[in-house]
Amino acid sequence: MSRLRDALQAGRFVVTGEVAPPLGTDLSGLERSVELLGPWCEALNVTDNQGATLHLSSLAASRALLEMGAEPIFQQTCRDRNRLALQSDLLAAWTFGLENLLAVTGDDPRHGDHPEAKGVFDIDSTHLIGIAKGMNDGHDMIGRELDGDTDFFVGGALFPEAEPWDIAMERAEQKVRAGAQFFQTQAFFDPEALGRTVERMHAIGAKVIAGVLVLRSPRTIDFINNRLAGLMVPEHVSRRIKGAADAKEEAIAFATEQVRIAREFADGVHVMPLGLDARVPEILGGAGLRPRG
Amino acid sequence: MIITKPRDWARINAELDSIGARRVFVMGCGQCATVAGTGGEPEVLRAKAILEQHGREVTGWAIGEVTCHSGGMRSEVRKHHGDVETADAVLVLSCGAGVQTVADLTGKPVFPGLESAFLGNVVRHGMFEERCQMCGECVLGVTGGICPVTTCPKGLLNGPCGGMWGGKCEVLTDRECTHVRIRRRLAAQGRTVGGALAPKDHSKKLKPGSVNLRAEKAAKHAADTRPEHGTPGADTKGGQR
Repeated sequence: MSRLRDALQAGRFVVTGEVAPPLGTDLSGLERSVELLGPWCEALNVTDNQGATLHLSSLAASRALLEMGAEPIFQQTCRDRNRLALQSDLLAAWTFGLENLLAVTGDDPRHGDHPEAKGVFDIDSTHLIGIAKGMNDGHDMIGRELDGDTDFFVGGALFPEAEPWDIAMERAEQKVRAGAQFFQTQAFFDPEALGRTVERMHAIGAKVIAGVLVLRSPRTIDFINNRLAGLMVPEHVSRRIKGAADAKEEAIAFATEQVRIAREFADGVHVMPLGLDARVPEILGGAGLRPRG
Repeated sequence: MIITKPRDWARINAELDSIGARRVFVMGCGQCATVAGTGGEPEVLRAKAILEQHGREVTGWAIGEVTCHSGGMRSEVRKHHGDVETADAVLVLSCGAGVQTVADLTGKPVFPGLESAFLGNVVRHGMFEERCQMCGECVLGVTGGICPVTTCPKGLLNGPCGGMWGGKCEVLTDRECTHVRIRRRLAAQGRTVGGALAPKDHSKKLKPGSVNLRAEKAAKHAADTRPEHGTPGADTKGGQR
């Protein structure tokens, strides 16, 4: 059973983290992340060629995480595989024991390390969510009965501060109608926007795990603002961290405050440590959370 | 119309050199490539000059009226038969469709002088934009006349994706997100997106595409003239052909 689903359904505030599969076959980095984040997190997202750059597959890395004793959230993008491949990987995921799915569109290849690659986008994230739900109901996307079904806990991505906000919310509602049960959000900065987003999603029965980014350095902030799609660090946050005597410590303090705010409004927090995995216990503990019992 | 772009001359020359072509016939196109400013008379003459600079002889040149049209091109090629025959190669300044027509009709080694880019709208003189990918299953009726398959860089049927920011596209950051445009236009018309669009049926667009109106007409005629339709019998069919 998905621990993440159990916790959310029981109304417990959940913590999820994120690990990046390596460019290569050495799993020791993953292991270190799991050791640091595992005790605090219900589940850990395993990214799928994040930023359209080549990494070990999410499927293999998710399986490795399971073997390391962590609960993975298997991420699938629609960028690299057509509907046949996505579906067979979903079936593979279930046979591997992966129970949580985060279905996302995926960054465009022209922003990644293989800009010559063809972006597949045969189906979109709404379709993928619908396919996973269909597999839970025992059939593939064309309605053929599965010999052995799945029981994925299906999630999508959500952007609480995206403008036009109504359009972003309509889009999220579309995902819920397709079968999304939970959302993990892009990093939030505006508590008010997070609050009304959660309210709107709760009204249709979806759980919201709020994203918190550890803005570890001025360079990180610049990278996010200039290169990362769908996210902007607001000026007042940027000023605060860049202007601090020790930017890294200020980023830790800021992330801790964000986790506290998430506790107030959301069903959980998704911590993206950007390499500062070792500081995550401090951030979560500082916000009054404890390691998983 | 089909939008073409100039092809790198280093590639053109390398391909001509690969068969040792010294004598070249140049064919342009009076239709799309003329409008695109890539294969009309000025461009054909420029190509001629460049070929000559590289020490090649241009045996002749022509602008096909519509270079992808086999019937029209048959007479065009016939008109220039001598010049084409004495050439080692034909350089075609048209889209890939035209290049293949010329290849079929001349039997000569034929080389593309342009790159085929997209099916383009002429937004203004000299400004072309891709608005249709000819996907074979039009969704414009439910997307406010804005094609997400083509104008969303990811071709997403349902959006916006997570990269949309301030109503702008993640990939082409100076452009409004296609899905925001669609939703705004529909709203202005008192309409909504409604449910998610189903995944595209790519079997509607299998390669190579082919339409045969003659065969369709013949089949319809055959059906109409069957005895059960009360029209002339099977024996008259042959006579009518």
